[in-house]
Amino acid sequence: MTATTKSLRRWGAVHKWTSLICTLFMLLLCITGLPLIFHDEIDDLLHSSVKPAEAPAGTPPANLDHLLANALARAPGKVPHFLIWDRDEPGAMWVSVGPSIDADPTNNLLIRMDTHTGAYLDSPDVTGRFTYIMLKLHTDMFAGLPGKLFLGLMGILFCVAIISGIVVYAPSMRKLRFGAYRAQRRRVVRWLDVHNLAGILLVAWTLVVGFTGVINTWADLVLKMWQFGQLAEMTAQYKDRTVPTKLTSLNGAVEVARHAVPGMTPSFVAFPGTLFSSKSHYAVFLHGDTPLTSRLLKPALIDAETGTLTDSRDMPWYVSTLYVSQPLHFGDYGGMPLKIVWALLDILTIFILVTGVYLWMRRRKAGVSVERAIANAASIDNPALSS
Amino acid sequence: MVAHRSLTQIFAAPLVIAIVSTVGLISALVGDGVWDAVSWVALGLPVLLYLVFIWRRRPN
Repeated sequence: MTATTKSLRRWGAVHKWTSLICTLFMLLLCITGLPLIFHDEIDDLLHSSVKPAEAPAGTPPANLDHLLANALARAPGKVPHFLIWDRDEPGAMWVSVGPSIDADPTNNLLIRMDTHTGAYLDSPDVTGRFTYIMLKLHTDMFAGLPGKLFLGLMGILFCVAIISGIVVYAPSMRKLRFGAYRAQRRRVVRWLDVHNLAGILLVAWTLVVGFTGVINTWADLVLKMWQFGQLAEMTAQYKDRTVPTKLTSLNGAVEVARHAVPGMTPSFVAFPGTLFSSKSHYAVFLHGDTPLTSRLLKPALIDAETGTLTDSRDMPWYVSTLYVSQPLHFGDYGGMPLKIVWALLDILTIFILVTGVYLWMRRRKAGVSVERAIANAASIDNPALSS
Repeated sequence: MVAHRSLTQIFAAPLVIAIVSTVGLISALVGDGVWDAVSWVALGLPVLLYLVFIWRRRPN
């Protein structure tokens, strides 16, 4: 056996095992990910929501203090955590409230408000929705951070499976033209061709979507890193302060932030004492307006007692990487045609997974492992591989 | 069946497709309008090729 054959057998083993371990979870991710591509459309179809009042272009937004007071009147005893501008529906904004400022924000109540009148619209309970269940299965299988990190690990195995798949593609295609599909042969041959063809056609997409998915599983850790890194640095001189009893105007804080970071648009405000801010600051996060810069956030910290700017910095590279990796995973950055292409690519990935499992089962039954198949193919003298 | 193919022959087409896909992945991030359209075409290419290769040799 030549060194090349040995090495190919090793790659074959890597491909087999990494694939086998992650396949079931990748199937879950591909299947739940499919409706998630169209989550907005599905939600619109399945759930009705109160329409914001008609606002002709140029209508000024409502005073945010007024809007916040209206929202809190609907949620007695709750405190605000975040104020969020709706990316897709400019007429609406969200106020996220929890039982106390240090409560887990993932259980928050979301109150939808009219951007222009400041009036209450609705506060939908999203947790029973089809898209919410798909999202939970897709991100952590209802198992919290451990579930998320576990799926991240499966994503890493998936990426290794793709790369080793590229290597074992070579011996399998030595006598075949690119795109060969031997339609007249047995199913095992046809499915091998489907597996090879779809696998190699989708290499770039599956690697990018797989790896950006892995990065997304680290979001909670990235947030913690930012909190203890840049945020702590920016608010160092305030670190012994407690949450002020009376907060300065929210509307004023957002105005100061807009002024401090010209050319950027507010995306959300984190109230003092939440994960995204210090105990004594409003953190106003602003975004740019190109497809790329709209994903990158820049925080402006406003002293919640005096209403003045403390600091504003670009977020560190690890946060930017996370934000840029999100659209590349979701496929939501190129309109409906891109979403459709994303869905088709997702379906082809399901084909790759299913044919892969089938090939493994067939070869196991026949006593022909991937490695042995490679060894057999490679034992034929081949100048390209043995040179 | 064709004669033994070299690694260059095996990987030439996949490499081109991977590059085109990467351009497609980045394009829509950079801008709107035409940039989005480039994305649709570039990422639609693998799907199209898949269908072409499978349908071309379909048993009658």
